[in-house]
Amino acid sequence: MLLIRCPYCEQERPEVEFSFAHQAHKPRPEEAGEPLDDHAWARWVYYQKNIKGVAHERWNHAGGCRKFFNVVRDTVTSEIIATYRSGETPPVEESRVEGEALSFDYEQAEG
Amino acid sequence: MAVQPAKKQRFNALALFRNALSYHQNWEQQWRSPAPLDAYDVIIVGGGGHGLATAYYLAKEHGITNIAVLEKGWIGGGNTGRNTTIVRSNYLWDESAAMYEHAMKLWEGLTQELNYNVMFSQRGVLNLAHNMTDVRDTQRRVNANRLNGIDSIYLDAKGVKKVVPGIDLRGGGRYPVLGASYQPRGGTARHDAVAWGYARKCDEMGVHIIQNCKVTGFDIEGGVVKGVQTTKGRIGAKKVGLVPAGHSSVLASMAGFRLPVESHPLQALVSEPIKPTIHNVVMSNAVHAYISQSDKGELVIGAGVDQYISYGQRGSQHLAEETLVAICELFPQYKRMKMLRQWGGIVDVCPDASPILTSTPVGNMYLNCGWGTGGFKATPGSGHAFAAHIAKGEPTALTAPFALSRFETGFLIDEHGAAAVAH
Repeated sequence: MLLIRCPYCEQERPEVEFSFAHQAHKPRPEEAGEPLDDHAWARWVYYQKNIKGVAHERWNHAGGCRKFFNVVRDTVTSEIIATYRSGETPPVEESRVEGEALSFDYEQAEG
Repeated sequence: MAVQPAKKQRFNALALFRNALSYHQNWEQQWRSPAPLDAYDVIIVGGGGHGLATAYYLAKEHGITNIAVLEKGWIGGGNTGRNTTIVRSNYLWDESAAMYEHAMKLWEGLTQELNYNVMFSQRGVLNLAHNMTDVRDTQRRVNANRLNGIDSIYLDAKGVKKVVPGIDLRGGGRYPVLGASYQPRGGTARHDAVAWGYARKCDEMGVHIIQNCKVTGFDIEGGVVKGVQTTKGRIGAKKVGLVPAGHSSVLASMAGFRLPVESHPLQALVSEPIKPTIHNVVMSNAVHAYISQSDKGELVIGAGVDQYISYGQRGSQHLAEETLVAICELFPQYKRMKMLRQWGGIVDVCPDASPILTSTPVGNMYLNCGWGTGGFKATPGSGHAFAAHIAKGEPTALTAPFALSRFETGFLIDEHGAAAVAH
């Protein structure tokens, strides 16, 4: 079980108090200045960086203060490198992931 | 240098007797370990059950034998060797039912087809219902299965007790058993044997199985894949099939695109071996527990997935504990048993708990991934369908619904109910 320091409660608490809330710093399409089409929406809702290495994640202290915050965690060793409040700049860079959720002509590619 | 087929000895009673005379020292090698050629017609990345099955059906059904299967570790050392070996096809939606039932029909003849005993045991699979919502969902799924020609039966509590005498229907007060779905054709298979059997047949037909060969990049020219960079050098390919199980995002990233999957650890554990006590597979989606007994006598128990993304092949202690608590409530006679081994694997889960079998944004590159917590049961069907997709270069009736485009069109195949965690 992970021990996670909630940046709002300022306490290290067991993982069972928290819910994993997926990739952090993921702007909605309109915030990223993109047209809101099916592709942009699918990319925001479903596509994940799914990083192997150091990743920025959102967690919710569901069994505590119920606030969302961010965690920098190594997804291979599960080591928690830092936790910080929502809206703050990540203290550590995350591992690079190549590529994008490419748009391609599905009609052509899939008959 | 062409790819050479090599006829294998047949496994039968006579071969067993003959080899007994030489103290079983002279059994032939199951598959060779050739050095990679400069180029192949098809490269399959991933030497697990699905990848080997894909290569096998490409060779057998589509006459393409100039194939290499690249495996970063050893054959069957990934999720193929880490699952809880359960086979069933009682999925809710038509698309998944078609895929898993296709696999089930292939399972039923697999030992004969491969001339390799995969120990497929159709001992019956139960999915328990613990409350009225479970009961209604289960009945709906059973009815949907029957419309798709799958042998699903709804059992009430008495029916469950008759099929599984060892179960405590009160579930210790916490997990009362109100009913279950029952698929008599479901069961278990020896997971390693499936990989070995396919590998042996692949080798027989001239497919190159290249182990300890990690893919480090792809050669993509003008949006079309031309080859694969590996730890054993560059290998050219006309077509590339990615069958990566726990690292699909990593491979996709190398090829320049992303996927809607998340990688989570899933764990399983086995007990000390005991006499036969449970004669079928009992699964409970609601309490994240499933149990069967191996032929060695160990209870094989599957636990839940960790909530967070992880590429470390281990699960958390508290998940195993929750599972064992539920098992002990349902089967009080196991309370004093000791657990022998525990392990984890990485499962790539899609948002709709259904797999991805698709063409990709890169030309001549195809992807089979995202089987989540239950890929083992689909091994032959997945390989068969994906081979047809690769050979034709376009989706088949079986694979089309599982394309990446479903995340944009909204035609999701939501199998969280049938799939959930318990597979």
